Amino acid sequence: MAWITGAQNTWCPGCGNFAIQHALKAVLEDLVAGGMRPEEFVLVSGIGCHAKIADYMAMNSFYSIHGRGAAVAGGIALANPDLRVISCAGDGDAYAEGLDHLIFAAKRNTEMTAVVHDNRVYGLTTGQYTPTSYEGFRGRSTPEGVRERPINPLELMLASGATFVARAYTRKIDHLKTVLKAAILHRGFSFIDVLQICATYNNLTDYYAPRVYEVEGHDAGDFDAAMRLAREWDYSADAPIALGVIYDSDAPSDPWPRMNGGGAEERAEEIRRILLEKT
Amino acid sequence: MRWTMQDFSVLIGGKAGEGINIAGSVIARLLSACGLCVYMYYDYPSLIKGGNNFAVIRAADDQTFCTRETVDVLLALNQETIRLHAGMVREDTAVIYDSGVVKAGGTGLTLDAFVKEEEAPAITRSAGIIGGFCRTAGIPWATVEAVFARAIPRELDANLRVARRGYDASPPGSWIRVNGREALPVLTGNEGIAFGLVEAGLEGYISYPMTPSSSILHTLASYAGRFGISVVHPENETGAMLMALGAAYAGRRVAVGTSGGGFCLMTEGFSLAGMAELPVAVVLAQRPGPSTGVPTYSAQGDLLFALFAGQGEFPRIVAAPGSVEEAWYWAGALMDLSWRFQTPAILLTDKNLGEGLFSFAGAPPRPPLAPVLREGDGKYGRYQDGPGGISPLAFPGESGITVKVNSYAHDADGITTEEATTIAAMAEKRREKERAAAKALAAYPCVEVAGDRTAATALLCWGSVAGVCAEVAGRLGLRVVRPVVLSPFPEEQLASALLGVGRLIAVEENIDGQLSRLVGCHGIRVDERIGKYDGRPFFLEDLERRVGEVI
Ligand code: SF4
Repeated sequence: MAWITGAQNTWCPGCGNFAIQHALKAVLEDLVAGGMRPEEFVLVSGIGCHAKIADYMAMNSFYSIHGRGAAVAGGIALANPDLRVISCAGDGDAYAEGLDHLIFAAKRNTEMTAVVHDNRVYGLTTGQYTPTSYEGFRGRSTPEGVRERPINPLELMLASGATFVARAYTRKIDHLKTVLKAAILHRGFSFIDVLQICATYNNLTDYYAPRVYEVEGHDAGDFDAAMRLAREWDYSADAPIALGVIYDSDAPSDPWPRMNGGGAEERAEEIRRILLEKT
Repeated sequence: MRWTMQDFSVLIGGKAGEGINIAGSVIARLLSACGLCVYMYYDYPSLIKGGNNFAVIRAADDQTFCTRETVDVLLALNQETIRLHAGMVREDTAVIYDSGVVKAGGTGLTLDAFVKEEEAPAITRSAGIIGGFCRTAGIPWATVEAVFARAIPRELDANLRVARRGYDASPPGSWIRVNGREALPVLTGNEGIAFGLVEAGLEGYISYPMTPSSSILHTLASYAGRFGISVVHPENETGAMLMALGAAYAGRRVAVGTSGGGFCLMTEGFSLAGMAELPVAVVLAQRPGPSTGVPTYSAQGDLLFALFAGQGEFPRIVAAPGSVEEAWYWAGALMDLSWRFQTPAILLTDKNLGEGLFSFAGAPPRPPLAPVLREGDGKYGRYQDGPGGISPLAFPGESGITVKVNSYAHDADGITTEEATTIAAMAEKRREKERAAAKALAAYPCVEVAGDRTAATALLCWGSVAGVCAEVAGRLGLRVVRPVVLSPFPEEQLASALLGVGRLIAVEENIDGQLSRLVGCHGIRVDERIGKYDGRPFFLEDLERRVGEVI
């Protein structure tokens, strides 16, 4: 199966979205080689540069609207538990417009994987700050520099009940693949904040390169340890930036009943009984 | 009897939290068990405790849909009820009250003593007054026992003992003529919607609570296991709508329900449904005013909102039922139509219909209308050409194909495009679906006519004012013309319903005359407008007077 459509790719040269797309393609190929069906995957995207991945990947997709990807993914998961839903979102998408849906997907432990393309800038609307832009970031809507503290998405997701929390980086593509695969195979809600290079508006390669490191010997089952690691770098001040699976635990998934549907006859019979009860 | 036809009204009032709604529904079911058709209007402020609630139950040989200005029996659990409704009491009105807390003329019942002596819970006070009512109205004790057994699942014995005390302590009367007809089930409009959706194959209901739509959520949640459906209360209305669209994409028949404020949040997803060509049935239960408005009262102020909600141009099917039978029918029909034409649909209701209680005579069968599914194999494009602009449906998971839906302008495969001819072609495809939907709707009762079908003066109305208009028209010899479907606009059916009408009087529960404006856009002139916008329904006599002033 070819995983890439014929749609013309319009990402800027050097954009981190390419790395995420390639990692996703490699992981899916790998999973299909291991016996899964390509048709059981569904890609949901929001709006922004990241979202074009829905056009570029030759797979089931729902190219939704700004911030709502997690809600759409939740609906798909509820409707058909045989599907594996991967919800790609931008940082503006996930942490600004759609924060409520993301938090509740984590809270419910919905069966889905949230991949946030966190380039810490609005690319498609030409360079404004986002919820994860560092303090002092100069964007087109904040020429004097942002005077808000960034959100730390890892801390936020841990606090919201996510059962799998990870961070990856687009310039470490093999590591990204490993983490992505683990996230997709995790049962329940899995979350990856992918530090992504925006080649045009926020190229932080020089900032990330000396700071990122892959975690070793961290106990991902220990919530407190995970919280400590998540707080090591606050997305603003200078600190080492941990990459890898920060938290991984088992918990019951989505509490809402699945849609299984009864037969028309049984329903009609049930309705007749209820009408009798209501006389 | 004052009328040869039975037409009997009873009001029960008390403090918020005293279970007036349940007491009223038990009275409605008692009257229904005597073979009468019932209607109950329930009035409550947006308070959990404090304030006064009341229910008016009107029972007649034929179905009624409104209340009258006076009542035959007044049941008062508090003094406020006597004070508030003094104007509804005639000389021959029987007043039954709790003599422990109320001073009035009529039959006083020592409800607290009944409850204490029967060692029953305090909530059974209302059973005591219902017992008194039954004796006064002439309802046989056996009927009380039978109805209580069905209507009161908890503390049945205690309720019956207290009711018996009230029954024995009241003077016998004979307001009711048990007419021997089989009792009909008694349903709220919202229950009708819930069961109509289920009958039409509902698989999921996703809703954030908002009065007056919440009881659909509650009803479906309580029967979810029996129907094998999923009922979900998510984080907010935006999430509800988007979740519903995700489920529809995955092949599930889903509906969402809300009121105006919630629908504001849903318009984003509503528009997405239009572009992505996803089916979803939306129940929009109106209440008065912009913003929060008056949460527990009724209005017809969201017609133009429903018709124009969402950015861009796309087809939507909008229907406003006027009775519980129509609510049942159109909830199902909109589900069918939404799936057939892969576009969102709105069932426009209001508090008076949704929370009103009615005898249910059965919904008519719907014309069969199946979705257009992908057949055979080969290449699949989610938006490829099909008859009437309808692209055959397939769902994710199917082997060998990809199903791509898109909120952007897209090509036949669902891939984003900004190419001029494709953008235009897709706009035309959506328009074509609208025409096809209008054509299919020719087989549905999109316009209802009541009253004298030959009268040259007609009342034009929509939604829940249907019943009061029909009753007034019957008394004044007028015709009633009522579009049930409001989009696509049923031009032909409306024209034929209006044949021979020289004078048209619009009756709407809004201030702007929204239906009048809508028909005006289609070249139909309304001569007079009667509006009501205080949140309360028309009384029968009230509307009769106002119509009398303009004919
Ligand atoms: S603007 Fe930034 S994020 Fe968008 S495509 Fe260009 S490099 Fe990538």
